[in-house]
Amino acid sequence: MKRVVITGAGTINALGQDVASTQEAMREGRCGIGPLEFRDVERLTVRIGAQVKGFEPESVFNRQQLSLYDRFTQFTLIAARQAVAQSGLTFHGEMADRSGVVLGTSGGGLTTQDENYRAVYEEGKNRVHPFVVPKLMNNAAASHVSMEFNLRGPSFTVATACASSNHAMGQAFQMIRSGMCTAMITGGSEAMLCFGGVKAWEGLRVMSRDACRPFSATRNGMVQGEGAGVFVFEDYDHARARGAEILGEVLGFAMTSDAADIVMPSKQGAARAISGALRDAQVDRTRVGYINAHGTGTAANDKTESAAVADVFGTHADDLMISSTKSMHGHLIGGTGAVELLACLMALNDGIIAPTIGYEEPDPECALDVVPNEAREREVDVVLSNAFAFGGLNAVLALARI
Amino acid sequence: MNVKDKVIEIVAEQAMLEPSDITMESTPESIGIDSLGLVEAIFAIEEAFDISVPFNANAPEESDFDISSVATIVAGIERLIAEQKS
Repeated sequence: MKRVVITGAGTINALGQDVASTQEAMREGRCGIGPLEFRDVERLTVRIGAQVKGFEPESVFNRQQLSLYDRFTQFTLIAARQAVAQSGLTFHGEMADRSGVVLGTSGGGLTTQDENYRAVYEEGKNRVHPFVVPKLMNNAAASHVSMEFNLRGPSFTVATACASSNHAMGQAFQMIRSGMCTAMITGGSEAMLCFGGVKAWEGLRVMSRDACRPFSATRNGMVQGEGAGVFVFEDYDHARARGAEILGEVLGFAMTSDAADIVMPSKQGAARAISGALRDAQVDRTRVGYINAHGTGTAANDKTESAAVADVFGTHADDLMISSTKSMHGHLIGGTGAVELLACLMALNDGIIAPTIGYEEPDPECALDVVPNEAREREVDVVLSNAFAFGGLNAVLALARI
Repeated sequence: MNVKDKVIEIVAEQAMLEPSDITMESTPESIGIDSLGLVEAIFAIEEAFDISVPFNANAPEESDFDISSVATIVAGIERLIAEQKS
């Protein structure tokens, strides 16, 4: 089996438009959540979110590209360009054939759907732009990445709601580990912050109207974010032979299904995914120093996740740190695990643990060290990233410093 | 703006050229408009003139709309305007 390392990272999200500015915001515990700005927002009851501000697509993409790139594709390409540039890889010949793209998204081109449904239903138009379909399809982002970088191996999109990007990165990991591929562009993207996107979530009544406060007794729901996180996963021997800078090693991955309820999380399903990732990584649980939590800030998730962590780690649960960076960048749904992986890399490489901000009051049902409000300096060797989706689909990655 | 000037403007934008680079004899291929670009240009024409253009990208030659040059496109649009707006 091959070892798998990360040799490039890129992002755009509410905290920053590259990795350095995002990690700086995480270190400072800065909040990217604010008033939403888009058409018809006044008809929503939930009017906050972690929106990407100050981003002008016209300055990055030409008119023809913009006619084909939904916002989720734009985010993906920006992050992918950063990641590939950092890796220093180019894709020709056999290398191109042995490299691909696996990305997570939940809504795909939801903004394109929203705009065009509005045009035909509300405005009564009978004609839509010819590229509506290639723009809104969930695999558009993965396809455009494959075209931009000449990645001719396996490429596809994974849609498992809030676990999409962890499932995607898990696939990329396994494809390299098995020897099937040399390098994979992977991560995820989401751009659901439009009227229809938020209105649908409003209906579930799990959204906070004021803040995302994971693990705090005062938490009152999740807050949506948008953006992308994209990474280059690469065969360790290949990366080493070319002298690439290695940002971390992906040690293990596990996925489980609750097989129970379409929205309520299960402690057993989450615990099986966490312990499965440790088993796959072949590391003792006592080596885990930090967990980037799913930590949505809903009543149900945070207590269930805390109980699952306590179950898996036993007494070591009191020694490890667990934080939810969703308190800062919001919940990026299908792209969330990818942006959260940046907090994991920061923990491994810089020894800085991103905080859970907005934390006000301990909850006895979340009695873990959640790194409240301020980042902490601490060397860690092994970290986990949790993602637990609606539909009971769980995906956990284990990473280490190399 | 007359039909000819508007069509040249739309075609030029699609081809990422200046309108002065487009002649009545220009063909989609000669100015680098591929099949996807052609579909987008026809959408822009429908929007600009508020007409419906009978064009099937699967079988362009069977469509009742001749796209072989700017001249035939202009003539086709003038006919459609006369039919659909009369």
